[in-house]
Amino acid sequence: MTPQEEKPEIPAHGRGENLTRGNAKDAARQDEVRLENAAETADGELPPPAAAATTAAPGTGPAPEAPLLQRIMTGNALVAVLSVVLSLILGGLLIAVTDPEVARASSYFFSRPQDTLGAAWSAASSAYIALFQGSVINVGGGSFTRVIYPLTQTLTVATPLICAGLGVALAFRAGLFNIGAQGQILIGATFAAWVGFTLHLPAGLHLLLVILAGMVGGAIWAGLVGVLKARTGAHEVILTIMFNYIATNLVLYFLSTPAFQRPGSTNPISPQLDATAIYPPLLGSAFRLHWGFVVAVVATVFVWWLLNRSTVGFELRAVGANPSAARTAGVSVSKGYILAMAIAGALAGLAGVAQVSGTEKVLTSGVAASFGFDAITVALLGRSSPWGTFAAGILFGAFRAGGVTMQASTGTSIDIVLVVQSLIVLFIAAPPLIRAVFRLPAPGAARTAKAGPTTPTPASTGAAA
Amino acid sequence: MSTATEAPASVSTAGTTGVRSWRNAIILSVVALFSLLVFALGAPGNDVTFRLSEQSDRFVLPPIVVSAPVIGWVAALAMVALAVLAVLHTRSGRKVPRWVLAVFALLFLIAFLTWVVGSARTPNVALYGLLAGSVTLAVPLIFGSLSGVLCERSGVVNIAIEGQLLFGAFAAAVAASLSGSAIVGLVAAAVAGVLVSLVLAIFSIRYVVNQVIVGVVLNVLVSGLTGFLFSAVLTEDSERWNSPPRLPVIEIPLLADIPVIGPILFAQTIVGYLMYVAVAVIYVALYHSRWGLRTRAVGEHPKAADTLGVNVNRMRFMNVLLAGVVAGIGGSFFTLVAVSGFGRDMTAGQGYIALAALIFGRWNPIGAFFAALLFGFATNLSNVLSLLGTPVPDQFLRMLPYVVTVFAVAGLVGRSRAPGASGIPYIKG
Amino acid sequence: MKLELIGITKRFGSLVANDSIDLVVEPGQVHSLLGENGAGKSTLMNVLYGLYDPSEGEILVNDKPVTFKGPGDAMASGIGMVHQHFMLVPVFTVAENVALGNEATKAGGMLDLQETRTRIRQISDQYGFDVDPDAVVEDLPVGVQQRVEIIKALVRDAEVLILDEPTAVLTPKETDELLGIMAQLKADGKSIVFISHKLREVKAVSDVITVIRRGKVVGTADPDAPTTELASLMVGRSVSLTLDKQPATPGAVTFSVRDLTVQAANGQRVVDGLSFDVAEGEILAIAGVQGNGQTELTEAIMGLQDHVTGSISLGGDELVGRRVKDVIRAGVGFVPEDRSVEGLVGTFSVAENLILNRYDGAPFAKGLSMSQAAIARNADEKIAEYDVRTQSASAPAGTLSGGNQQKVVMAREFSRPLKLFIASQPTRGVDVGSIEFLHRRIVAERDSGTPVIIVSTELDEVLELADRIAVLYRGRLMGIVPGTVSRDVLGLMMAGMSGDEALAQAHDVQGGDL
Repeated sequence: MTPQEEKPEIPAHGRGENLTRGNAKDAARQDEVRLENAAETADGELPPPAAAATTAAPGTGPAPEAPLLQRIMTGNALVAVLSVVLSLILGGLLIAVTDPEVARASSYFFSRPQDTLGAAWSAASSAYIALFQGSVINVGGGSFTRVIYPLTQTLTVATPLICAGLGVALAFRAGLFNIGAQGQILIGATFAAWVGFTLHLPAGLHLLLVILAGMVGGAIWAGLVGVLKARTGAHEVILTIMFNYIATNLVLYFLSTPAFQRPGSTNPISPQLDATAIYPPLLGSAFRLHWGFVVAVVATVFVWWLLNRSTVGFELRAVGANPSAARTAGVSVSKGYILAMAIAGALAGLAGVAQVSGTEKVLTSGVAASFGFDAITVALLGRSSPWGTFAAGILFGAFRAGGVTMQASTGTSIDIVLVVQSLIVLFIAAPPLIRAVFRLPAPGAARTAKAGPTTPTPASTGAAA
Repeated sequence: MSTATEAPASVSTAGTTGVRSWRNAIILSVVALFSLLVFALGAPGNDVTFRLSEQSDRFVLPPIVVSAPVIGWVAALAMVALAVLAVLHTRSGRKVPRWVLAVFALLFLIAFLTWVVGSARTPNVALYGLLAGSVTLAVPLIFGSLSGVLCERSGVVNIAIEGQLLFGAFAAAVAASLSGSAIVGLVAAAVAGVLVSLVLAIFSIRYVVNQVIVGVVLNVLVSGLTGFLFSAVLTEDSERWNSPPRLPVIEIPLLADIPVIGPILFAQTIVGYLMYVAVAVIYVALYHSRWGLRTRAVGEHPKAADTLGVNVNRMRFMNVLLAGVVAGIGGSFFTLVAVSGFGRDMTAGQGYIALAALIFGRWNPIGAFFAALLFGFATNLSNVLSLLGTPVPDQFLRMLPYVVTVFAVAGLVGRSRAPGASGIPYIKG
Repeated sequence: MKLELIGITKRFGSLVANDSIDLVVEPGQVHSLLGENGAGKSTLMNVLYGLYDPSEGEILVNDKPVTFKGPGDAMASGIGMVHQHFMLVPVFTVAENVALGNEATKAGGMLDLQETRTRIRQISDQYGFDVDPDAVVEDLPVGVQQRVEIIKALVRDAEVLILDEPTAVLTPKETDELLGIMAQLKADGKSIVFISHKLREVKAVSDVITVIRRGKVVGTADPDAPTTELASLMVGRSVSLTLDKQPATPGAVTFSVRDLTVQAANGQRVVDGLSFDVAEGEILAIAGVQGNGQTELTEAIMGLQDHVTGSISLGGDELVGRRVKDVIRAGVGFVPEDRSVEGLVGTFSVAENLILNRYDGAPFAKGLSMSQAAIARNADEKIAEYDVRTQSASAPAGTLSGGNQQKVVMAREFSRPLKLFIASQPTRGVDVGSIEFLHRRIVAERDSGTPVIIVSTELDEVLELADRIAVLYRGRLMGIVPGTVSRDVLGLMMAGMSGDEALAQAHDVQGGDL
C-alpha cells in the first residue's frame, strides 16, 4: 500500500493517470474520475482537460444548464433514441425467428426467400402494432373511451414503476445501489393493506393513513439496510437482494396468520381493502387509472425539489459523489445513507400503495409483480434524474401494458418486453457501442471509448465508506 | 464488490492491542441466552432419532437416539460458558479466539437441530438424507460461487451468476433434448454460460459500464429471453425441445456404500463429481499457479500487474469467460439432474445465494464451498422439516439462508476483505 | 547500457504533457530529471517504461530504435522502474510480488517461488537490504517496500533504473541510505534516472541534470550549479525562495491541545500524547515525514477521527467528541491534504463547492430550501476575488487545475470568520504562481489575528511560512522549535531526535548536506 499522496503530473485532476490502485482513497478518486466523466454532461464526453478548459472558448462542453436544444445536439438524446430503436429491432428479430409461420416459410427459403422475409416482417410488425395499440391509442377502438383506454392503462402500470423508480434513482444519487425496491414495495404494500382492511375509517382519512402506512413500511424496510450499511459497512447490493427474499417470505408468513388471511380461506390472500382505502378513479369508472398516478407526479416533483433545491438533497448528492469530502464538510455520511435508503423505501412503499389501493385491492405475495426489478431499469434509463425516471417509467409502463395486449392478440409472449427493456438499458450505458453500430462520429477525443458509465452510479462506494 | 472492507490502514500493526471490540462477545452472549431459553428451557421432553442409514443399505448403522432436553441443556450451557469466555477475553483486551466461534457455531447447530426435530410431529429424521440432500441442493450454488470467485478475484463483480445459471439450464435442456444426449446438454450449458459472460466482459471491460448494472440487467435479459423462448418455442413442442434425458448417477462400487458419506461423495452425477473437481482445481490453481498469482494480482492491484507486463484486461476477460463455463455447468444441474426439463425462471434466485456464499466464504473457493453447503443445508432442512411438521413456520426456515447472509455481510461473523480492485475497471492511461 | 530519447511528444487530448523531449542516459550515470509537479516528468518516464504510447518520437537502446508495447518490452530491454506510488500488491508476500510477471514454474504451471526467494536473498545481501522474502508487503515499512521495488527491477536484470520521486516518503536518514544504494548501483555499472523536484538531493547524487518545465526540456545543468540557478530554470523565472512576511505578533493563546492521543482501527497510537498551543496571529507548522501522524492530528481536531482521547480547546470550548459540523461552526477553517478526495466534490459545480460546508446556513438556505441566487452571487464574488480560472461557476470542480481547485477550497474556508485555520499540504501539486498567492493569503489570515496551523512535508514550505515548527515522529512530538531553525535540526528531529538533542548535535557538527 502506498501511503503517499497523488501528485498528478498532468494538472487535469490526474486524468492522464486515472489508473486503478488498491487503495481506498484512490478508489474514491477513481469513482470520482468516472463520475466526473459521467457528470451532468453525461455520455462520457469528457470535459476537455483543465489545462485546455481554462483557455478554451466557452461552450466546448455543454454546461448542466445549457439550453435543451444544445443538449439534444450533443447526441445524448440521439443515443437514447437509437438504443430504443436497436433494442426494438433485436426484439423484432427474436419474434420473427421464433414465429412458426417464419419457420415454415424458411424451409423453402432458397426458392422463395421473400416468403420468409414477409412472414418475418408480418410476425414482428403485428406484434409491435399490437404492443402500440395496447399501450397508446387503439385506433380501431370505436368509442373515445376505447380509443384512449390503452393510454390510461399505460399510466396505470407506470404509476408503481415511477414511484419505485424514483426510490432507486434517489438512492443512486446518494451513492447507493438499491436493488431492494421489490422487498420495499412488498413491505409497504403489507403495511398499507393491513391499515386498509383492518381499520375502518371515514373516507379521505383512511386513504391518507393507508398511504402513510405504505410509506412507513417501505421506509423501515429500506432504512434497516441503510443502518446496516452505515454501521457495519456491509454492501447494500447484497443486503437489498437478501432483504427482498426475506420480505417475500415474511409476507407469505403474514398471509398465513389470522391477522392477514381472508376469513374462511386457507390461501395466502388477504381480505379486500375497504372502499375508503382505495384510490378513487381519476377519469371515471370506465378506466382503471386512479389517483395514485397523481401521487406519482407529486412524488416526482418532490424528489426533484429534494435533490436539486433542498439542503437534504445537497447532502445526499455530496455523500453519493464523494463521501470523504462530504464527511470533511460536516455532512454525516451514515445519516446520509440511512436517510437516502429510508426515503427510497418510502417511495417504493408508495408503489406498494399504488398496487394494493390502486389496482389489486388485496394483498398477495405477488402484489409487487416484478415492479421492484423493473424499477431498477427505469431508474437507469432515466439516468437517475427525477423527470428522466418519470419518462422512463411511462415508457416501460407502455411496454408492460402493451405487452399484455400483444400476448392476448398475437400470442407473442410478454417476456419479449423484458428482453427489449434490458437491451435498452445495456445499450444506453454504452454509447460507443451505439455509435459504432450506427456509424455515428464519435464526439470529442478518441478517448471517449474508454469513458465512464453514463449514469451517475454509486460504483464501489463501499470501498471508500 | 467490496463488502465490509476495512479501510486499509497506512500503518503497520506492530504489537499493539486492538481497539476493543465487544461485538463478538455481545453476539455470543445474546445467542447463548436465546439458546438457554429456547433449546434448553423450551426443549421437548421426548427423544430424537437421527437415522444414519436405511435398512436396505449394505452397511447398516444403528440410529442415534438422543434425549432432546439433555442435548438442549448441555449445548446451551456450553454455549453460555463460551460466551463468558469471550467476554473475559474481550475485557482483558484480547481477541476472541476463532475456535471459540467455531465450536459455538457447531453447538448452536446441534442444539437447534435437536430442538427443531424434537419439536416436530415425528421426531425422527434421516440424517444421511438431510446431508446428501444438502450437497445436492448446494451443487448449483457451489458452481455459481466458483464463477463469482473467478470473476471477483480478477476484479470484475459478477452479479450475473443468476443469469449464467439460468441460461446454462436452458441451453442444457434444449441441447440435450435435441441431441438426445445429456453430455451434449452439459457442453451446451457451458457454452451458454460463456455467452452471458461474454456480454458481461464486453460491457464491463471494453465499455467500462458499471459492473453491477451490467450484472443486474443481464439477469433480466436472460430471464426475459429464456422466458420468451420457453413460451414461444419450448411449450409449442415440448417433446422435441424440452424433454432432456437425465444425467445418470454414477455409483463408485463399494465406496458408495459407506454410510452417510458414501452417497455424498461417491454416488453423484457427472455434474456432482465435476463440482468437487472444480473446487479443488480452482483452489490449487488460484493459490499455487502462475495463472492464480496473476489473477489475484489483477484483482488486487491491476496497475502493479500491468507494470510487470501482465495484460490486465485480457486476464480479466479470459477469467470472466472461464467463470461462464463454470456457472453454465452449474446451470445444467437444474435441467439434467434436478428435474427433467426447463421451467420459467427455474433458478429462482440461486445465483444471488451463490453470490452470498462467495462473500460468506471470503472469496476463497474452499470457503465458498462450505458456505454454499451451509445454504444448501438450510434449504434442505426447511424442506425436510415441513414434511415432519415443525413448530417453526416454514417461511422462517426458508428465510434462513438470507438472514445468515445478512449477518455475514454485516460482519457479524468476522469481517471479510474483498479483492482490492474488485468492481473497479482498469483504464490504461 | 545507453538509453536515448529523441523528440518524445505525448499528448492527452489537447493537452501536451511532453513536447519533443530529447534525453541521453549514458551507462553508469546518474541522470536527474528536475522539474516542478506537473512538469511532465512522470509522463515521460511512463512513456519510457512502455505504459504510455508516445504520440511522436523515438527511443533508442544502445543506439538501436525500440518500441515498447508494454512494460514487459521495456523490462526485456533492461529498463526497470521504481514508481512513485509503489506497484506492489499489498496482500502478497515479497517473493510473490517479485515473481509476478516473471514466474518460475514447475510442471502444470505451478508456481516455483524457491528460486525467487534465493534471488531476493542474494540481492538483499549484496546491497544490505535486509528484506525477508516471505514477509507480507502491507506489513512492511515504506522504506522497505521501496527496496522491494528496487529488487523487482534488479531481479529482471535492469540496466537502467528509473526512480520516480523516491524520497517523497522517506525520512532524511532513509533518504541518505537510498542515495548510498544509488551510488552502489552506479558503481555496479547501472544507469539511474532520478526524478525529483528537490534541488538538494538532485545536486547531491547527479552526474547530469536535465530540467523540464511545462513538458519541455529547458536546459541541462551541472550538479555544481547554484541552487538559485536551478530553481529559476525549473520555475521559469527568477524566484525569491523566501516570502516577504513580517515577524509574527502573537496574541493570546486561544487554541491548545493537551495529551491528545488518536488510535487507529488496529489499536496503534498514530498520535501519541501531543500537547501544544497556538496563539492568535502566529503560524505553527507541523513538520515530519509523511505518515507520522499529521493527517490524524488534523482530522482529530476536525472531529473526523474516532478513538480520540485528551483535550483540544478552542477559545475555551472543548472540541474532542464534537461532530465535524460543530467544529466547523465553532470557526475552524480546514484545507484537507488531498483536495480532490476530501476538499472537493469533483462532480459538483464550482459554485456548489464554494458552499460545501455552509450549504445549510444563511444566506444559502432557508429551512430546507436552498437559495440558488445567493449561491450564484457568492460564487461570482469568490471566483473574482481569488482569480479562480474556470469556464463558469457551474463547471464541475473536477475540471479545474490543481492550483485552481485549491483556490476554491481556500476561498470557501476563508469566507467565514475563523477562530482557527488549518491547512494540510496547502500547495501540494500546485503551480508556482498559485503557491505564492496561496502563501500570501495564509500569511494575511495570520496577520488578521487568526491562529494558523500548517501541515507540510516540504521543508521549504515549512521554513517559509512557520513562526514556530512542531516536528512529529511516529505520532509523538519531537519538540517545538523557532521558525528560524536550520534544516539540519529539522532533519534530525524528523528522524526521531528530540528538539534539544537535535539543536545540540547540529551545533556540534556544522554543515550537513541534507
